[in-house]
Amino acid sequence: MSGWETVIGLETHVELLTKTKIFCSCSTGFGGEPNTRCCPVCTGQPGSLPVLNEKAVELAVRAGLALNCRINLVSAMDRKHYVYPDLPKAYQITQFDVPLCEAGFADLPSGKRIGITRIHIEEDAGKLVRENGKIYIDYNRGGVPLIEIVTEPDFRSAQEVTEYLELLRLTMRGIGVSDCKMQEGSLRCDVNVSLRKPGEPFGTRTEIKNLNSFTAVVAAIESEVRRQKAILDSGGRIIQQTRHFDAARGETADMRGKEDAEDYRFFPEPDLPEIVLSPIWVEQLRKTMPELPAAKKDRYVQMLRLAPDDAAQLVKFNAVADYFEQACRGLKDPRIAAGFILTQMFAILSTEAQRENWLPSVTAGELRELSLLVERGSINRNVAKTLLTRMLETKAHLKDLLSRQDVSALDEQQFRQICRQALTENERAVADYKRGKDKAIKALVGAVMRASAGRADPIEAERQLRRLLEE
Amino acid sequence: MYTIREIQDRIMTKQISCTELTKLYLDAAAADTLNAYITSTPEHALAAAGAVDRKIAAGESLRPLEGVPVCVKDNISTAGILTTCASRMLEDYVPFYDAHAWTLLKGQGAVLIGKGNMDEFAMGSTGETSLFGSTANPVDPRYVAGGSSSGCAAAVAGNLAVCALGSDTGGSVRLPAAYCGAVGFKPTYGAVSRRGLVAFASSFDQIGPIGGCVEDVAALLDAITGKDPEDMTHRGLTPVRPQLTGSVKGLRIGLAGEFFEELPASVAAALTETVSVLENAGAEIVNVRFPLLQTCLPLYYILSSAEASSNLGRYDGIRYGHRAPEGDTLHETICRSRSEGFGAEVKRRILLGTYVLRAGYKDDYYGKAQKLRLTVRAELEKLFESCDLLLTPTVPHTARQKGESLEPVQTYRSDLCTVPANIAGVPAVSVPCGRDENGLPIGLQLMGRAFRDGLVLNAAYAYELATAGAYLAKTDRGVRL
Repeated sequence: MSGWETVIGLETHVELLTKTKIFCSCSTGFGGEPNTRCCPVCTGQPGSLPVLNEKAVELAVRAGLALNCRINLVSAMDRKHYVYPDLPKAYQITQFDVPLCEAGFADLPSGKRIGITRIHIEEDAGKLVRENGKIYIDYNRGGVPLIEIVTEPDFRSAQEVTEYLELLRLTMRGIGVSDCKMQEGSLRCDVNVSLRKPGEPFGTRTEIKNLNSFTAVVAAIESEVRRQKAILDSGGRIIQQTRHFDAARGETADMRGKEDAEDYRFFPEPDLPEIVLSPIWVEQLRKTMPELPAAKKDRYVQMLRLAPDDAAQLVKFNAVADYFEQACRGLKDPRIAAGFILTQMFAILSTEAQRENWLPSVTAGELRELSLLVERGSINRNVAKTLLTRMLETKAHLKDLLSRQDVSALDEQQFRQICRQALTENERAVADYKRGKDKAIKALVGAVMRASAGRADPIEAERQLRRLLEE
Repeated sequence: MYTIREIQDRIMTKQISCTELTKLYLDAAAADTLNAYITSTPEHALAAAGAVDRKIAAGESLRPLEGVPVCVKDNISTAGILTTCASRMLEDYVPFYDAHAWTLLKGQGAVLIGKGNMDEFAMGSTGETSLFGSTANPVDPRYVAGGSSSGCAAAVAGNLAVCALGSDTGGSVRLPAAYCGAVGFKPTYGAVSRRGLVAFASSFDQIGPIGGCVEDVAALLDAITGKDPEDMTHRGLTPVRPQLTGSVKGLRIGLAGEFFEELPASVAAALTETVSVLENAGAEIVNVRFPLLQTCLPLYYILSSAEASSNLGRYDGIRYGHRAPEGDTLHETICRSRSEGFGAEVKRRILLGTYVLRAGYKDDYYGKAQKLRLTVRAELEKLFESCDLLLTPTVPHTARQKGESLEPVQTYRSDLCTVPANIAGVPAVSVPCGRDENGLPIGLQLMGRAFRDGLVLNAAYAYELATAGAYLAKTDRGVRL
């Protein structure tokens, strides 16, 4: 990139998984008829007062602990003033001077450490809806609790940003802080981008807002870097401004009207007392923190000898990881159970929603039983796979399937007998093979499989057949 | 002015039914020329009165506020009833919900005669910034009733209600009570829930009772201090009525010379007499100092205007309130709505408040004022080590004539003696203690430590007993029983 270093900082807004809004008891939740989940408080009626949702504070502290932050035992809420129709009070209650969490870090899978400057709680604004040339306002989202996570300008590429966002999503979901669904707006990302020559001070940055997918984030960063590089290479200067990303055009554009640095006239929120946390309470949260997905993944790799990619897949959804751990209790080789989940079960439970809710028709106990049978050699793996698929598709129970037909592995003698028989009964294939047509072995393997009603292992069968043919 | 006791005795002894009594107050309010009420509420009033009469018929006794005709200031939300804040901005605004204090008072069986006139958005000390015109002083209608709870004080003193709920941010309960010859009380900040009180200055506002005697004010206060978990600045208060012993023996009452500078002769004389009365009743007079008094006014106006500019930002005509005909842009429409909706004084305060919060100026004005507020609080606390109560005039003068045009800053000076209590969040009462040469009432103020509301009211009660309520307003207006 001809000597320019990309410097990126992120501001991520994450919607907290509380039942009710941050300052009132309206329910949170996505969708629904417009303006049915609001009240005097979240629509800013005259005389209304905010009441802080303690659960929101708890989830924000959990997020801070998961990101290795220092938790400020005393913090306060502030008013941030600006005029926009989705902001009913013409000010947002947020934290400016002293946030709940500060000075943390996130370690990316690639090993890089990203500094977390601060995490603070604030209320969300309503939503503007453009329809029939008019603008409508829906306040359902107004007052939903958010945390804003601000990073140091430590990113040097769009790839690192993607890694971070995936880690953030995984972690926040893993500890129950947020469901981080970018398409539903529970995870929103603003990106600050600047260029500099390595070793020199930071260049002027621009802010890109309203990015609503991981691909948009990457595309926006790349197009903005191109744009800034072109300006700088031709001797121009970058203007500090807010830009929005036009996905269709694949480029960023100046967001008119948001250029002037707004004067938010911050002052402490007089309707809310300081937030004072007891150190014992924070310690208790730290102790009862669910295992972070990154730690869980490491544990699967170190202790259960899973392949890193497999482990990563399993920890993506809490319910799947729990199920897996239940299923592999007492197993010598958890990889068998892992394999069943990642191939057979994931094939059928294939959507995000299915994997998040994880309601397979096979219980963890049944999966354990099946895995044990394979581990002991009582049935071979292929047979197990078929059984499992049938159980998933037809909701049949393992017990019933086992009793209905003999699926046990063949003993050595039986197996060799069937192989020899296959050779005798398929002279044509044998002749083809001996003439040099290697593919003919497949027909012979097929014959063995049919004759054994699937109980033979096809790989073993091929090996045995080749050996016999050599004789 | 009739007291709660007088009203309830008549109802309990069946001399008059609550419904008949209520009709008298409703009729008087309708015929009233003081302009004390913005909205009359006969439907509510008669329903409440009917319920009281059913209790009487069943032989039940009345609770402390039951059957009592009340006026509620028009910045206190009453569900289903217009709550205009005397502003074009909220001229047609009907809230969905009740203010907590009104829920409590309603639940006690009080009878709402109407919503009280006031200065627009509670900003003013004469009552003259109301959209609906000013309220006249019942003692002499050529004079103003004072503000911002002008209608409440006039209604009580003019026998159009027995007691009232006002609000006090810089003196807005005490000053009109003083002008009209009634009793007005600002509770400790946090004693009464602010939920449903249309916010002016959040860290100064308190709902406060106005009545015809100290006992009534105490009873009304106890009815509205019930715990509200939905106001995080609310603490509640232990009942004050039981603390009215009437004795000030051994009480140390402080006099700070700073409050007594340049007083009109009649006011100075009335205050001097008051001191004697209290001394004779057994109180000990102590000389104290409050050098920061003059700083309190600019301090109050900077901070309260800052908070007001913030609290009034929500009035843009989008969800409720006045909406101007559509402009070319949203911005234009909002600007027009606010320009049309707000009066001059409100605009003045919003501009001032926005200015003192602006980047570049904030440290010099808002920042400094915040720090100074802590100093004033500390100074007052230290002062209360040498005395139990501070005695001052409520206002450094008496009611002004209607239409007397003064520079805004001159008008602000009326608040000199009242703002310290709001700055420090401490309780303060005003009781009538004399008349000036034109017969207008003079108000005496007693201030105490935070949450010692009972102590403050008890001293006022003792004074009232010692003077046999001589200075309470007695007008020929309104209801005659």
